[in-house]
Amino acid sequence: MDDLIAGLAAAFRLIVTADPELIEISIRSLQVTLTAVAIGCLLGLPLGAWLAVRRFRWRRGVIATLNALIGLPPVVVGLVVYLMLSRSGPFGVLGLLFTPTAMIIAQVIIVTPLVASIAHQAMRELWAEYHDLLISMNATKTQRILTLLIDGRRALLLAALAGFGRAIGEVGAIMIVGGNIDGATRVLTTAIALETGRGDFALALGLGIVLIVLSLLISGASHWAMRTERQGRW
Amino acid sequence: MVSALPLHLEAATLRRRGRVLVGPVDLSLDARDGGVTVVIGPNGSGKTSLLRMMHGLQRAEGQVRWALPADEARQRQAYVFQQPIVLRRSVLANLAFPLRLRGVPRPAAFAQAEEQAARFGLTGLLRQAAPSLSGGETQRLALARALITQPEILFADEPCAALDGSATREIEARLVEAAQSTRLVMATHDMGQARRIASEVVFLLHGKVHETGPAGAFFAGPKTEAAAAFLRGDIVE
Repeated sequence: MDDLIAGLAAAFRLIVTADPELIEISIRSLQVTLTAVAIGCLLGLPLGAWLAVRRFRWRRGVIATLNALIGLPPVVVGLVVYLMLSRSGPFGVLGLLFTPTAMIIAQVIIVTPLVASIAHQAMRELWAEYHDLLISMNATKTQRILTLLIDGRRALLLAALAGFGRAIGEVGAIMIVGGNIDGATRVLTTAIALETGRGDFALALGLGIVLIVLSLLISGASHWAMRTERQGRW
Repeated sequence: MVSALPLHLEAATLRRRGRVLVGPVDLSLDARDGGVTVVIGPNGSGKTSLLRMMHGLQRAEGQVRWALPADEARQRQAYVFQQPIVLRRSVLANLAFPLRLRGVPRPAAFAQAEEQAARFGLTGLLRQAAPSLSGGETQRLALARALITQPEILFADEPCAALDGSATREIEARLVEAAQSTRLVMATHDMGQARRIASEVVFLLHGKVHETGPAGAFFAGPKTEAAAAFLRGDIVE
């Protein structure tokens, strides 16, 4: 109980004094996560829509694989990305290991299947509704996908938010590929893990509260921007 | 302008999971302007399937041959569904949609959409979300949207089936008006409506064309016993 109260106090102190280190790692957290989610959406949303619209031989297999990849253990992703980027790995020459870029790469791998799968589910329902109309109007494949993406944008926002939620709270992968280096690759979650390990529960909890507030702010802001629940039934 | 008509169906058949929905059908649709071909028949006789097959919504066996290549022919057609499908957008965006698909720039498409809305009494609803319209308004929007590309041929699948009396009268009037310049192919189970607007009749039974002919002659004296029984209001099996 004392730890909890101390944690709240620590969080309050960190925020009120605008602790420069806190601000730095918060910004880095957001940078890494938002970049990863943006790339994940760029890949995952069209992929989900495409899977809803196209019929091809391995479609069921691809969808099943995608759904299975949602459960991909982040630590394993981190390990594989580590091996790829390490000096002796195939992409070692790029020198990306222990940089924010490496963390973004790992998070893109973790986030994309989730975003694509949720997008696919939403797009499939919308496609069932629009199918006859779009075929009748002779829409090209690209036009069909664009129409689904535009008209299903609220469901896609949900997909993006789910991706954000998974990425912002993720430790395993970014700890391995980022290395939790102070001033370079330390983010909120890795800092929490470190402070907990050190026994500084108050600081860890303080950082945790900051993390929760950040993610609430982001999801609130995006809902507000898309005006969910305000216009009619969608 | 080269016409997409005549349309020829030769042994055209539509199947789903091995079951024949309609066909084999041999039928020709000529290029005459302003004709109204009404497809009638008991429930389950394949009216919807015939229209969908002609329009190419489902791949058919046999031949469905337009006078133009399939893709160009499709551009000259429009279809109004029994349950109107509207996009989750404003009425204005719905009306402009077919034009936008054809690459008409946004301002021009919206200007045309506004004109079309005025013609169909939708001006007051332009900014409203299309899924929030009433049944009659939705079907009016669907018809206005189908006609905005000035199609050569319009398929209408029981467009008044889900509507009340006044909405039915309104849609029917619009269809008759559209038929001045567009070849209309309409499925209906409403015999009164068929008598009012048909110039040609296709009578379907068990997925096959049982009888065709000019409307006047068909309604005055059908050639087949089944058609006569159907017109009398008997249950046809």
